[in-house]
Amino acid sequence: MSASLRIQVGELARRSVMRTMRQPAQIVPALIFPLFLLAVNSGGLQDATNLPGFPTDSYLTFALAVPFMQGALFSVMNAGTDLATSIETGFLNRLALTPLRGAALLSGLLAGTIVLGLLQGVTYLVVGLVAGAELAAGFGGALVIVALSVTITVAFGTIGLFAALRTGSGEAVQSLFPVFFVFLFISSMALPLDLIQTQWFHDVAAANPVSYLLQAFRSLLIEGWEIDDILLGFAIALTIGILGMMAAASALRTRLVRT
Amino acid sequence: MAAQAAERNGIEVEGLVREFKNGPRAVDGIDLRVAPGEIYGFLGPNGAGKSTTVLMLTTLLPPTAGTARVAGFDIVSEGPRVRSAIGAALQEAALDPILTGSEHMRLQTALHGIPKREREDRGAELLERVGLSQAADRRVGGYSGGMKRRLDLALALAHRPRILFLDEPTTGLDIQSRTALWEEVARLAAEDGVTVFLTTQYLEEADSLANRVGIIDHGHIVAEGTPAELKAEIGRPTVEATPRDPGDHERLLSVLGRFGEQAGASPKAAAVRLQGGEADLAEVVRALDSEGIAIERLQLHAPSLDDVFLNKTGRSLEGAEEDEAEREEETAEAVGLG
Repeated sequence: MSASLRIQVGELARRSVMRTMRQPAQIVPALIFPLFLLAVNSGGLQDATNLPGFPTDSYLTFALAVPFMQGALFSVMNAGTDLATSIETGFLNRLALTPLRGAALLSGLLAGTIVLGLLQGVTYLVVGLVAGAELAAGFGGALVIVALSVTITVAFGTIGLFAALRTGSGEAVQSLFPVFFVFLFISSMALPLDLIQTQWFHDVAAANPVSYLLQAFRSLLIEGWEIDDILLGFAIALTIGILGMMAAASALRTRLVRT
Repeated sequence: MAAQAAERNGIEVEGLVREFKNGPRAVDGIDLRVAPGEIYGFLGPNGAGKSTTVLMLTTLLPPTAGTARVAGFDIVSEGPRVRSAIGAALQEAALDPILTGSEHMRLQTALHGIPKREREDRGAELLERVGLSQAADRRVGGYSGGMKRRLDLALALAHRPRILFLDEPTTGLDIQSRTALWEEVARLAAEDGVTVFLTTQYLEEADSLANRVGIIDHGHIVAEGTPAELKAEIGRPTVEATPRDPGDHERLLSVLGRFGEQAGASPKAAAVRLQGGEADLAEVVRALDSEGIAIERLQLHAPSLDDVFLNKTGRSLEGAEEDEAEREEETAEAVGLG
């Protein structure tokens, strides 16, 4: 990485982190809302663990994977809305008048998302463990869970960047939230894939990448070190991130028509 | 030597066109030259094509046709070089409300590649110059409109540009903030030799600040010259009368016609350029009185840039604002701005 690119990424990352940390409205809902749903679900669905073949007798442990995904959904909104605001206010034009490179802009903008992902990952895990969830993979597994959480958060954040650059509208970015929530609901969020009896739901959930991201967390929480599940989770997150970044870069070139 | 300076610090535009898909031809073949160190006022109503021209000259919008060289560089093929030579404060003060003034300066100086040891000093110097030292550590979201504009100007100057584009820098500001900004712009041109391309819809601003003025309407430059030259073209003063009864308009025109050639007037009014100068005014009043035409409003205008606009377009600049509102909206939608 050249010195100028490093400076550009660093300064934009600094701005992104400052923006995230100075807007509690971005952080608090992303921390509280998934934990609230975790409390409701684990309290109400504990009996599901009596189903034959359910992988654990603690629904809290099973459900603890979900907040990481819900937190990642918030990153779509936060990263996207921040960038859309920069477009709407003309701040992106200001940046475009500097020798700023597109790669620096996109990477820098994701820095705040990384911080948010880290904060979310640690918070969900600590609260879950304090509430009585198990962690079969031990301390090393906790680190991998946080790393996976950050990776998924950043991957989803790139989708937010793409949406912002494509539409230039904060409202359009926020309208994605329900769409992503549907993806979460038609996954193995509430039951393991092999216990979903309704065929169409099973098929959709089996085709939904979110199910495999959830499984990567669950394998560490419930089973220990299931390398295949973990690698598949990281591979899916990285694929989403790479595709999202490529789409965002393309949308940036269209948005910044500077000569 | 002079030619070299013109090449380095001037602006040369030939046949510049910008046409939007499904939208208007916002800029329709303009030619202009701005000399080094000059303050060029680009005057016109909303939607006339001023901001589109600035976006093209600052490389943020490719032209549909024509050529332009800014600081000696082609705006299409040498965009990065143009951007390194110019500073720009675009129509809306594009600031991040979450960051402080100092943080904006730090970001701007870093992105322009100013060495780390100089960044802090440069930022502090510019904030002091625009009178924001005291507010440097406050978040911009709490700044007044005038403070935001001044910070916008300071940011545009971060990398010591040779040419400065200011797109309606004083729109919405109170007179005190406006005057302070004028003084700073005038100082930049006079002391630092910065060439300034300033768009404005304020006649007073163009008149008092600009060395030369270009008047743009419907994407065309309809007049260009120093304010004095443009006003001299109009020459004689104009008397404009509005009849109390709109039905008297034709008779009013006929009476006024005895005193000089017809001139453009506001809606419902009639105007002539007084052949005998201001001395004719008393005769005009007597003639209107003897014809029994009741007058609601009678005004004597010394030639102004508004008269120049009126003369060239048949509308006053103020009246043109309303006519152009829809056009501006279309242009903004087409270019993807707010």
